[in-house]
Amino acid sequence: MTPLPAMFVATRLVRLSAVDLAIIVIYFVLVLAIGFYLKRFATTGEDFFLAGREMTAWVAGLAFVSANLGSLELLGWAGNAYQYGIMAAHWYWIGAIPAMVFLGLVMMPFYYISKTHSVPGYLKLRYGSEASTLSAITFAFMTILMSGVNMYAMAVVMEVVLGWNLHFSIIVSSLTVGVYVAAGGLFSAIFNEVLQFFLIWFGALLIPILGLIETGGWSGMVARIHQNFPGQEFTHMWAPMSSADKNPMGVYWVAIVFGLGAVQSMGYWTTDFLVVQRVLSAKDVRSAKLAPIIGSFFKMAVPLIVILPGLLGRAVLPWHLVPGNQAQPGQFKYDDVLPLMLARYCGPGLMGLGITALVAGFMAGMAGNVSAFATVWTYDIYRPYLRKDAPDSHYVSMGRWCTMIGLFVSIGTAYLVQYNKSMMDYVQALFGFFIAPLFGTVLLGMLWKRVTRMAGFWGLLAGVSSSVTIFLLMKFDERWVRVFALSPEAQPLAQAMWQAMWACITCVVVTVLVTLVTKPRPDQELVGLVYSLTEKAHEEHVRWVHRPLVWGVLALILLVILQIIFW
Amino acid sequence: MREKHHIIPVWFFVGLLLLIYGVLILITGLAQWSNPPADVQLTNLHASVWWGGLLIVLGTVYCYMFRPGKSA
Repeated sequence: MTPLPAMFVATRLVRLSAVDLAIIVIYFVLVLAIGFYLKRFATTGEDFFLAGREMTAWVAGLAFVSANLGSLELLGWAGNAYQYGIMAAHWYWIGAIPAMVFLGLVMMPFYYISKTHSVPGYLKLRYGSEASTLSAITFAFMTILMSGVNMYAMAVVMEVVLGWNLHFSIIVSSLTVGVYVAAGGLFSAIFNEVLQFFLIWFGALLIPILGLIETGGWSGMVARIHQNFPGQEFTHMWAPMSSADKNPMGVYWVAIVFGLGAVQSMGYWTTDFLVVQRVLSAKDVRSAKLAPIIGSFFKMAVPLIVILPGLLGRAVLPWHLVPGNQAQPGQFKYDDVLPLMLARYCGPGLMGLGITALVAGFMAGMAGNVSAFATVWTYDIYRPYLRKDAPDSHYVSMGRWCTMIGLFVSIGTAYLVQYNKSMMDYVQALFGFFIAPLFGTVLLGMLWKRVTRMAGFWGLLAGVSSSVTIFLLMKFDERWVRVFALSPEAQPLAQAMWQAMWACITCVVVTVLVTLVTKPRPDQELVGLVYSLTEKAHEEHVRWVHRPLVWGVLALILLVILQIIFW
Repeated sequence: MREKHHIIPVWFFVGLLLLIYGVLILITGLAQWSNPPADVQLTNLHASVWWGGLLIVLGTVYCYMFRPGKSA
């Protein structure tokens, strides 16, 4: 291993040819054309905000998994795979699959049958306006801030990778997204997410194929990693987690199983409206149940195009990558591993496809944020508090306007982050504050009819407060890391898992305690909202091949097999 | 997609994009067959040619199966 040779030091990682640029331009033209084509169909509130509730299970399922497959996610997790090894795949397997199956089999029927437009909308039906408003305001605020942070981060990536001007990336991509989402609403967002799904697979799949050919297969890759990094463990998922000091992440298996698998991922995949909204667009309950389960199979395969390139980077790249905050001029960062591998194997044309996949992922992520923001703002804040009885067309118009306004606020946030970089860490952390306790509130509300209106609100508030407190304590005084994460070695990813677990436990405990001293709602008000008061769907007449339960169990069996293979 | 709106299926657009990209990548691969870029590894495998070909096949199948006007 040698330091980066001077010949590789450049202001950009890759250089695009004319055919690469043509591929990128064609993508922009097509998504705008699709947006204008779909505008004629987005005429009612249900059309604009829920894509008419007419998506098949496959379309809703691909959009569901694609909404989470943004460019920063791809670059970041490939970088994490380079840094931590195959352990990063936990976020795609135990950190996603059980939650997606749980959403499909247990929670989706309640969201769908209640005919709610959003997750805060479900909270309003189940608990009342207090918990719903708290959830809606925090979600709307955080979504738009996150959108701005992602916009800035992606523009920086484009500047580093392609040498594109920061302002050009921000303005062109956000205006394109604004136009097609304001035109076609969730129809446009979902169509673009499905397109992006294919682009990402066909743009990135060549990296692991050619990488494994170069290294002589999996065993050849493992041998090269051991040769390049002797004594370090990068190719086992569970074996190094018997103790926090035996793995590069500094994590104990309890945090992965309970913090990530049982709380953090459940919170994200079942209550983050950005992803749940895609499933609400399904055409019937069975499609809504199947959609996240279909998505789970594709999610299980994503490590092939994200984690494996990171590992291959360890095996074939002729220099060491370094953490982002330690990179000196002339050094590449962990997060550069995916573009570096793309440049290693992809010539003109294929490079354009790979870069288009990144651009598409970025735009789809932004579209997801603004469409979710527009829905929550219009239905959960504007309609109940500002204008109750307007005609449907007024709310559609409001949705279009706040799509554009949301984008402009995001652009403003992006420039704010440019001048105050530390804000980025806080905004990203803030989003995590709400997800874990929200899962506790939603799940208790669905499964226990005794939970009361005020218990939902106070439990959620206590969970969020504890999450913020734990985050600040660990950030400003490292002694608290040992207390909350049970090890002083815990890295930020491990700390976030423990933070989520404690926040969810706090939420559940407070919710139960307040429930015991307050009066429950009558049963007749909770029909269709709570498990014990909702008629179960009978699927005996449905062929086994169309039953969500069959595919959900199959996904879980595959998950277990993967854990054993890569133990 | 539901029949309510008679929207062209998203799969048609997916096929169209794959087909266009496949043609561009295949032509580029053929043009560089004997003069591949020097800074790319494994150029002897001519990945652009067979990957472009794969995109063309898939794109054509999707465009045909989900073409506008075809009844569901």
